[in-house]
Parts: sequence; structure tokens; C-alpha cells
Amino acid sequence: MTEKRLLSGNEAVALGALHAGCARGTGYPGTPSTEILENYTLLGGEAAWAPNEKVAAEVALGVAFAGSRAMVTMKHVGLNVAADVLFTCAYSGIQGALVFVVADDPGLASSQDEQDTRRYGMAAGVPVIEPGDSQESYDFTRLAFTLSARWKIPVILRMTTRVSHTTAIVQPSDKIEAPLSPHFVRDIPGRVMIPGHARIKHRELRAKLREIQEWCETEGPNQIHQGTSSMGIVSCGVASQHAREACPEASLLKLGMTYPLPFKLILGFLKNKTQRFVIEENDPFLVEQIRAEGGDVPWNPEPYRMGELNVERVRRILKGDLTPEPVPARGRPPRLCNACPHGYVFEMLKKHDCIVAGDIGCYTLAALPPLSAMDSQICMGASIGVGLGLRHVLPEAEARRVVSVIGDSTFMHSGLTGVAEMVFNPPPTGHVLIVLDNLTTAMTGQQEHPATGRKLDHTPTTRILIEEVVKAMGVKTVLVLDPVRQLAELESAVMKALQSNDLTVIVARQPCLLAAGRIRSYEKSVPTHS
Amino acid sequence: MNTKETINIRITGLGGMGILKGSQVLAEVLFQAGYDVKKAEVHGMSQRGGSVASDIRFGKKILSPMIPEAETDFLLVVAPEEIEIHRGALRPGGHLINAQSFDTVPLPNRKSLNIAMLGALSRHLNIPVEAWQKVILTVFPEKLHAVNLEAFEAGRRLSP
Repeated sequence: MTEKRLLSGNEAVALGALHAGCARGTGYPGTPSTEILENYTLLGGEAAWAPNEKVAAEVALGVAFAGSRAMVTMKHVGLNVAADVLFTCAYSGIQGALVFVVADDPGLASSQDEQDTRRYGMAAGVPVIEPGDSQESYDFTRLAFTLSARWKIPVILRMTTRVSHTTAIVQPSDKIEAPLSPHFVRDIPGRVMIPGHARIKHRELRAKLREIQEWCETEGPNQIHQGTSSMGIVSCGVASQHAREACPEASLLKLGMTYPLPFKLILGFLKNKTQRFVIEENDPFLVEQIRAEGGDVPWNPEPYRMGELNVERVRRILKGDLTPEPVPARGRPPRLCNACPHGYVFEMLKKHDCIVAGDIGCYTLAALPPLSAMDSQICMGASIGVGLGLRHVLPEAEARRVVSVIGDSTFMHSGLTGVAEMVFNPPPTGHVLIVLDNLTTAMTGQQEHPATGRKLDHTPTTRILIEEVVKAMGVKTVLVLDPVRQLAELESAVMKALQSNDLTVIVARQPCLLAAGRIRSYEKSVPTHS
Repeated sequence: MNTKETINIRITGLGGMGILKGSQVLAEVLFQAGYDVKKAEVHGMSQRGGSVASDIRFGKKILSPMIPEAETDFLLVVAPEEIEIHRGALRPGGHLINAQSFDTVPLPNRKSLNIAMLGALSRHLNIPVEAWQKVILTVFPEKLHAVNLEAFEAGRRLSP
């Protein structure tokens, strides 16, 4: 028997993927999913960061088309970017195996929304498996690969912040799968999704889902904890752990697969219960489906679809306690590091009362007091499009104050198409884009990206120079300035640009304070070529 | 040690104080002592100087990874300003181990305060001191062994 280990949910997914014979992991960093690929690499797995989740999913799909097993990791909002791949590869299916590991963030520990990935599973027709602790993170990762290979269908492994970042004991299996031998099998009707092919593949997908649902009824990863009372709770993920602790005397059906659902099992479980509850985090996804099948389960009060659940909150649901919940004491919020290079830029923009269309990264913290120097943040790359939209319609005096600000990793993720729009449809007053280039993906823990010149494991690769790219795309005025040592020049360049009707891109380049030492050591070990 | 089935420990402070490192050491010690253990923390923004808290629960069988309100047996507060945020988490009769108790304790390096506080905690847990030392040696790089072992001892000498 292999030794037990203490692993976080993310570490357990990495180990599970390795033991499942996964040939390649891809992804884009995003809390709480980032450590999966990093650990997978440390364990000896082949993995790479992609520019964004869509590209990551496409690479993983190619691996699976070649007859190998692939994993793609991302946070919940990353699946919005990769959704185009997900929906149609559900039709095409795959040859080897393809697992989308998607980490939701109920309670918004580090995200811009609380979207529920299970809805993507249902919308795309892709099975969803939900681990509730580290052991299940290991076991269910392996199960996801097994199901994907058996039905030639992509499978979503839905993690949540609490499962990803809780450390617990894992007993790995002795059975370790060897990677498959990839080979190309031509299947034009199966992989070229023109309407004539896709109509047939859609019918095939629905047939697969019916089979998987039947399998789930009898062989699925579902457990019944028999209680002593006549209360029945249907639950999934970490919520089921809270529910078992909150009410040990209730019987509890823990669903390991939340799409497609085993309705016979669920309705059979609920049949003789006098009190019935569904305990789940995020949307009432199980409640809606069970009710639609005729199951008599109540809606939980709306506050419980927001935030994480815990033992107290589950007790309140079970008691029907509708009194306002106590507001948890908030600790000190995160903030930009002292002397962060980004801080200088935002202070300057604030001084000139700029309207700042911002983006996703550490620098979003500039929106908080005392800086309060960012006016919008929606999704990866939106700074450019939103800034352009503001410029198109605002009165000229206001339009001239609009600046878009984006980080280097976010620029490579979703900023390139924004620049294409800027060049394609420039506003009458032109536009100013500042790329805050701190030479790393700082927010998620200093991951590499295509403009750092290093791969996931920090070994060198060709570096994309942001200034060269925007020049090649047709931006006339492109400057690279150090926001710390050349702040005065940066300020006058921004002022000049705001008064002109041209397009200006300023790359404000200075390494992240936290990453600078590491970056120097990587550069020393092997000089990168720029 | 308490004969209650689950023991709940929370370690709290600010980003950069070694909260996650301290809780890693603790969880590893408990795991090696044969307990079921869960350690829950939310990181991601922690490097930006914000509040950080880690819940460690151990016993025969642990379900929820988060300590229910007012059920914390031991509260370790590495940043004194965090006390009020977490005081309500302590169960009646629970132990508060506060950084301020270490103000006059000579430590080889104040950065090892997290481990010194584990030393103080260790007096309450029925785990041999060698087990703690063994984990400290595996979790830290060699150049930090001496300071952390010394800090642990200093914490252990503090009267419980």
C-alpha cells in the first residue's frame, strides 16, 4: 500500500492526474486553481502555462485528439474564456481523455464574481464531478479521466476554494496508469464541426449523457450516510462535510456527480423522509433540477446562495432561521506593497484626475482608498475595450481624461484583441494605454507568461516584447519607461498623449518587488534572449 | 489533552508573518502523530499584507475543514491587532496564545515568532517534543534549523 500523504486539494488533483496517466497539463493561472499545474510539474508531469484559458483548452483538446490524456486547469471565470472550446468539443468528443479542472470561488476570496461552473456542465452537456476533500480530489480526478476515456467526452472536475486550499490526508492508489501511446486517427465527420456533422454529433452527445446518467444511478460516486432521524439531506462537495457535522443524525446523500444527476437515486432517498433539504454552495443547481423532476425539496433562502457555507450557516438553513446573519469581522484588506512600481503610476493618474479603465491583477487594489484610482474592472482585457467605449461617447473634455491600464500577463491573455480594436476603430480623441509590465503574473504568485521569456518551470523560451507587438499592430507612439526612475518622463508622456488625437501605448516596466530576486536568479542561471 | 473528539486550533496574523508556514508545521506534526487532520486557509491575496488565518482541526475523524463559531480550543495570534477579529471564535475556556506574551522572550530572530508560538502550544498537546523537532527540520531549509529549534524551545519554556 502506498503511504498516506498530507495534501491540499490542488496537490491531490495534480497527483491524481499523474497517476491517471495524464500526458500533458495546460492552463492559465487563477486563484484558487494555480497550484495544480505547478505541483503537477514538480511531480514530473509535463505542463505549460498558455496565454489564456481558451488556448490552454485547445492545446489540451489537441492532445486528446491525438489519443493521449490531457488536463486543463483554470478558475471559474477562466471557463468563460474557454467556453467556446467546451461547448463544441462536447459534440466532437475526444480520443484519449480530456478533463477540465475548474475552481469556483464561492465567497469571492479572490475573484470578480461567484459564478457556478455546474451550469456550464449542463449548458454544454459535459459531466460534472465535485470532490469535497483532498481524498476525493485525488479519487475523482482519476474517475474524471476514466469517464472521459470511456465515453470519449470531456469531463469537468469542479473544485471550490475551500477544497483546493484545504490540506487533508490522502491515500493514493497502488494502481498507476501508464500514459497512452498517441497516434493520429483521421475522423473528419467526428472533428470538423460543420452543421452536417454537428447535427449528428449532438444526437450522439445526448445519447452519451443518458448512458452516463444510467451509470451514475448505480455505479456513480454517490454515498448515503444513514442517519437516525427522518431528515434527509442531499448535498455535494465540501457542503456535505458541513452538513454532516451540523446534523449528524440526518441521513445524507452525497452526490459526487452533479451533472447529469441520478434522479432515481435522489427521489428514492427522499421518499420516506419527513424533512428534506438540499445543501449546496453557489446557485440552487441541485434544487432546481430535483424540483423539476418532482422532488419535494425547498428553496433555501437567497442569502445562502452567496458566500461559502459553513457549519453554522447549514444549521441556520436546517432550522429555518431567517434572522439576519452576524456580519463576520473583517481583517485588514490586502493592499499594494509599499513602493510597488504600480503605485507610482496610479498616484500620477489620480493627480491628473484621469478616468481609469482598469483590469485584473494586483493593480486592481489601486481602486481601494486611499488611492481610489481605478474606475472600472470587469474581466481580463476589458480595460482596453471599455476605455475605447468611454472615449467614443463622452464629451471631449472627459474623453481626453480616459486611460486604459492593464498588466503584462493580462495583456498577453486578452489585451491583444483590444489593441486590434483600438487600431481598427480609434476614437476621435485617440487613446492612451498603459501596460504595467512587472515581468510576472504577480497576483496569482509570480507565474511566467509569454512576455517573460520563461516557461512554467522558469526555463527560457522566446520572449514576446509587448512594445514590438503593439508597434507591429499599428500603434504609432510606443514608449517604454521605468515608472520608478523615469516617473517625470512617464507623466509628461501621458499628458502629451492625452492632449493629442493619436494612439499611444506606454509600457511602464519595472519588476514586481516580490519577484525581482527570483527573476534575477532565473536570468543568471540561463540568460534569456529578448 | 482534552478528551473531546475534535480539537480546533486557529493561527492568525498578517501576510508575511509565517502563518501558513506555522500551520504547515502543526498539521504535519498532527498527521505524523496519527490523527485525522484538516488545515483550511484561504490564500492568494495573503502576500499583500492582508489578514491571514489558518484553521487546523484534528481528532479521530474530521468533517468540515472550518472551525465552527466559538469552538476554537487554541487561538494563536501572531499579529496583536488581529485579536479582536478572532476573539469570538474562541470557545469558553479556550486558550489564547498571544504574540504580546513573547515581547520579553529573547528569540534568535523575530521572524521565528510563529514557531515560538507553536512551542507554547505544544505544552498543551500530548505529542513528544522530538516529533515537533523532526518536522521543523524537514519543513525548513538547513540554514533556518537552529533559529527555529531555538524559537520552539523558547516558546515551550513560556509558562502555559
